[in-house]
Amino acid sequence: MNLMMLLEMAAEGFGDRVAIQNGAERLTYAQLFASAGAGAVDVTRAGAERLVVLDVNSLAIPVGLFSAAWAGVPFVPLNYRLTGAELERLLAGISAPYLVTDAARVDALATQAHAIRARDDFLARARTPNGRGGEWPMDPEAVAVLLFTSGTTGAPKAAVLRHRHLVSYILGSVEFGAAAPEDAALVSVPPYHIAGIAAILSSVYSGRRIIQLSSFSADAWLEAARAERVTHAFVVPTMLSRIVARAEEQGGAALPHLRAVSYGGGKMPLAVIEKAMRLFPKTDFTNAYGLTETSSTIAVLGPDDHRTAAASADPAVRRRLVSVGRALPSVEIEIRGEDGHALGAGQSGEIHVRGEQVSGEYLGLKSRVSADGWFPTRDAGSLDAEGYLFLEGRIDDVIVRGGENLSPGEIEDTLLAHPAVADCAVVGVPDEQWGEAVAAVIVVADGCTVDADEIRGWVKERLRSSRTPERVEFRAELPYGETGKLLRRKVREALLEGSS
Amino acid sequence: MRARLNGNGSCARRAGMAQLKVGSRLKSAVCATEVIVIAAPSGDVDVRCGGAPMLGAGEAPPAGASVAPDAASGTALGKRYVTASGELELLCTKPGQGSLGLGSTPLVLKEAKPLPSSD
Repeated sequence: MNLMMLLEMAAEGFGDRVAIQNGAERLTYAQLFASAGAGAVDVTRAGAERLVVLDVNSLAIPVGLFSAAWAGVPFVPLNYRLTGAELERLLAGISAPYLVTDAARVDALATQAHAIRARDDFLARARTPNGRGGEWPMDPEAVAVLLFTSGTTGAPKAAVLRHRHLVSYILGSVEFGAAAPEDAALVSVPPYHIAGIAAILSSVYSGRRIIQLSSFSADAWLEAARAERVTHAFVVPTMLSRIVARAEEQGGAALPHLRAVSYGGGKMPLAVIEKAMRLFPKTDFTNAYGLTETSSTIAVLGPDDHRTAAASADPAVRRRLVSVGRALPSVEIEIRGEDGHALGAGQSGEIHVRGEQVSGEYLGLKSRVSADGWFPTRDAGSLDAEGYLFLEGRIDDVIVRGGENLSPGEIEDTLLAHPAVADCAVVGVPDEQWGEAVAAVIVVADGCTVDADEIRGWVKERLRSSRTPERVEFRAELPYGETGKLLRRKVREALLEGSS
Repeated sequence: MRARLNGNGSCARRAGMAQLKVGSRLKSAVCATEVIVIAAPSGDVDVRCGGAPMLGAGEAPPAGASVAPDAASGTALGKRYVTASGELELLCTKPGQGSLGLGSTPLVLKEAKPLPSSD
């Protein structure tokens, strides 16, 4: 198996369709296929062992992904915001990299790469026939993509996704050639994120035109969506929140072509999704839950689930709007307790997942997948009686107070329901008496005032007293990663600095 | 500009039977059909297209062979074909006039489960 077979089929089935578009530049499926072949020849001739792309969303991302697959080397997209020592350290750990980056960086990075090409040079070479691409390797175990994840804690690690993982994900979730000729997907997630890789592969296999946004802003997103008659888009919660706010400022939405928006990559505030559904009533919303280590999506809350939940008077059904839906048919999900045994409906524990798309592997580290195929996600959650999955945050973020496990998410949801709370983060801080104490950091909504006692009282009334924040701090904003993940480590560090 | 079959796509052959490896490519001996093995039972497997045993990498089709009339309903690009048990599953990467079978039993089209687009 090889990712190239997905592109070969697309080139065979609908070669004249536009595959990728970025501003005025575009490639048809046949051109993307040919470019991958020429790119592979250049990589092979250079004797490189990895194809590394350090760039914003550009044509070099899909051309690089498939060139690497054809050449039989891993594709490694790096965060284009990385600079200096951090970038040097990463590059030093990547063997014989063929590095594609923007022209301004070429001189500075030349000594750190086995071979280096400015983006335009790479694309020009890829557009020039340079001999036969030869055959691509079909070993399903070969590494297709290495994705560096910093996570929300600790140093970066490279997740290993093999050809069989990504191909299984696509075959299990996308019907070949299912897109209508006018379908267009707007891709604004960064290329070094699993959602960026999945977006390329899903669009190629379904035959959907990709519109790349070099980097995200609400204005650029709305403009591209209108100008290109975008039908599909994936966004992270912070993006949707900004899009909704900007569309409201513009006097409501005018996105008649936008049929489907999927979102994931972080917790979606209920207020944002409810507002988005009102603003774009004809758009189907899908919540996708997945991890880098699972080759993207493993559970979806589909459009019908959204509408049924939003319209229901039954609290158990309405609550599903904040669930991440049910497991893909090709994936099994189980909740397990600390003793490793499966738990029943409604019980909270660690989410375990099994399926062909699950990698669970980091470069240089032992695979975390069990002998019978189960991967512990380190995400906490529960399943309801009908298999809807509710996330409760990372296991490592659980606050252990006096022997009791407290989920920050539950306390945050309660705080967010307070009208004066615009945003909040709940973390554990060291405490002599309890081991850990509950600390809440609050961003007060514009024009509101609230004090620590009122915050404590609000939580105490609604949750057990052990969940009442011992410490309440106010801040102008909270630290978020680029894809909208709350950086709890930074919240905790700032609190510890403040108290010492 | 098409990629040709390569060594990794081959499979061990004995008298028209083959042990199939997931990810390997097979081509029809009698039409344009090419497939990739998505799932395979262990042991020797008699995969046919157009009534004739399918070929591995670099194997030349026998001269003069043609699609058998009872195995001529064709293959379609991007469709998956399976046995009733699901033990053998093939993905069509190039369409042709022959239809696929395990021995003399025809494979059936695997129904796609429509999923909402998630990325």
